[in-house]
Amino acid sequence: MNWPRALLTDSGGFQMVSLLHLADITEKGVTFQSPVDGKPMLLTPEESIQIQNRIGADIIMALDDVVKTTITGPRIEEAMYRTLRWIDRCIAAHKRPNEQNLFGIVQGGLDPVLRDICVRGLVDRNLPGYAIGGLAGGEDKDSFWRVVAQCTAALPEDKPRYVMGVGYPLDIVVCSALGADMYDCVYPTRTARFGTALVTEGVLKLKHNVMADDTRPIDPTCACMVCKNYTRAYIHCLVTKDAMGSQLLSYHNLFYMMKLSRDLHSSIIEGRFPQFVCDFLRKMVVLYAFFSLCHIHHVISVVTGIFVYLRELSCWGQGMSGSMIVFVSIR
Amino acid sequence: MLARFIILEGLSPKTISKVGGLHQMVGLPEYGFAAVARDSVQCLPECNSTNKVGASFETPCGRLLIKPADYVEMISSMKPNIWATLADEVPAWVSDKRNKTSVDRTVRWLDECIALSSAGGAVFGSIVGGPSVEERERCTQEVARRNVSGYWIGGFGLGESMDERPALLNAVTAILQEEKPRLVCGLGLPEEVLQGVAAGIDLFDSEYIYHLTLEGFALTFPLGGVGVNVFSFDPNNLGSDRSKINLRATIYRKDTSPVVENCSCYTCQNHTKAYINHLLNVHEMLAQILLEIHNTHHYLKFFSSIREAIKAGEFEQFRKRFIESRRDHLAVAAVCV
Repeated sequence: MNWPRALLTDSGGFQMVSLLHLADITEKGVTFQSPVDGKPMLLTPEESIQIQNRIGADIIMALDDVVKTTITGPRIEEAMYRTLRWIDRCIAAHKRPNEQNLFGIVQGGLDPVLRDICVRGLVDRNLPGYAIGGLAGGEDKDSFWRVVAQCTAALPEDKPRYVMGVGYPLDIVVCSALGADMYDCVYPTRTARFGTALVTEGVLKLKHNVMADDTRPIDPTCACMVCKNYTRAYIHCLVTKDAMGSQLLSYHNLFYMMKLSRDLHSSIIEGRFPQFVCDFLRKMVVLYAFFSLCHIHHVISVVTGIFVYLRELSCWGQGMSGSMIVFVSIR
Repeated sequence: MLARFIILEGLSPKTISKVGGLHQMVGLPEYGFAAVARDSVQCLPECNSTNKVGASFETPCGRLLIKPADYVEMISSMKPNIWATLADEVPAWVSDKRNKTSVDRTVRWLDECIALSSAGGAVFGSIVGGPSVEERERCTQEVARRNVSGYWIGGFGLGESMDERPALLNAVTAILQEEKPRLVCGLGLPEEVLQGVAAGIDLFDSEYIYHLTLEGFALTFPLGGVGVNVFSFDPNNLGSDRSKINLRATIYRKDTSPVVENCSCYTCQNHTKAYINHLLNVHEMLAQILLEIHNTHHYLKFFSSIREAIKAGEFEQFRKRFIESRRDHLAVAAVCV
């Protein structure tokens, strides 16, 4: 690839969830039906680590037994214990522990007891970093952030915490406040391919007819190459007809995400993280008021010990004045 | 750099004007743009539907009839550097009557376009005439009489044979003033370009690179140069087409060499054949992006070496050497089989 910067590879475990009707999960590993030629393929923890060793990324992920959070019952417990058994197999199979960092993945569904067992099991193995998996699958936000908060509270503070499959800018800000450090998501590029740009106020749908003669850039405050050179009108006429529409929007969205990370990061280092979060939410929620009726409950705790409570951000109405109640108390 | 005039649904002339013209719209202010009605990929002339009112084109948005007035309106909002007047282009196999009509119409529309346009940009008069040398000459004489800055020669690249072309091209260029540039559409293959240059063509517009890239090809033909003989016999390449390679072929799976050794394009400086082969296999768009970068670069270098040969007064030798080398490997392969 001629990519001199950091790389991370996943284990293939997520495909178990997304291609579940093709998968058969046993103690040995996961049997897929290959989407290429229909032949059965077995992915074991050993095989996954071996492949990742050969690819040579800086961070590699353990093969875990992932289940959707919408499932209930004993399957979740089975998956959690199996994940712990598999991490030992992954560790044993890892041939390059001094060059590649093997991250374990915390499973356990939405059950705090299971999550706790998993966290403690992984921490005992003293891994270079920890991922919080099994989320980002459609569970409601209330459950989602509680699990993240529980895990970040229990995971070591001097090791990276990686929330997999997150996500929306708002979720990233919230999870960062809860103590997470790393994220991965298809959202910015996928939404770009559907004609949606990420902006300070939320999202901008370039496919919409009003964009047809809007000669402003996507985001007048954005410094990216796309916003400096192209208009909404031009991208509007590209989005459904030319790959370049997707490319330009992907570029802009990735720039947005990188800027978000950079801003989050520097606000933490400069000791103004709570202010950053308030500004971020204030600008964003205004647009949500126009498009949806939503209640956002967020409890955000910052690792340094300053507690910021934003309670009951309620937005009313479509197109009417949005009313925002923001309680910010800093202890 | 030449660009095509693509009628984009939803992009009104008003909007283009508001932004400041085509250069600003597509974000390429430092490039030159030439606007022609035909685009051999997306906007093909449909001669059976063209009538006295306007020219018909087959596009992804359906069949469109473009009247001279609409055309000029689009042009004035786009503000290209060069634009060709609306022409009635016909392929080589139409009847004589149809061919004659196309010449009459094209000249009439030329006058209409010039009358309607409010200056801005260099106007190129369109010359058609199909497969008939007489009609070509008639059209050229009419157009040469008008006050245009250059000439757009249409009707080629629509399926005629390469052998018929020189006579038709020469018929046109012989009459035209030497100081005015001549632009032709549809000649893309290196041999066709050389054919055009020999006949006196200055500017070329083709989709050759586009089609090559889509199919997974990369141009590899030796560029030669003045006095340089790189057209040497290579026994390892018997039977292979030394003008291009198809990166989908499995022989490139582990080939860690660049597409063309010593090529200074981004693709060859940064990536390998193996990587492009992989990208093609997993259907990643990056494959086409990298190929297009290389192919465009290589093609433009070819043009650069043509210019050098002309400057050195050695174009005919250059052309001869190039054509022969392309035939050489075929002749050798034939002998050895």
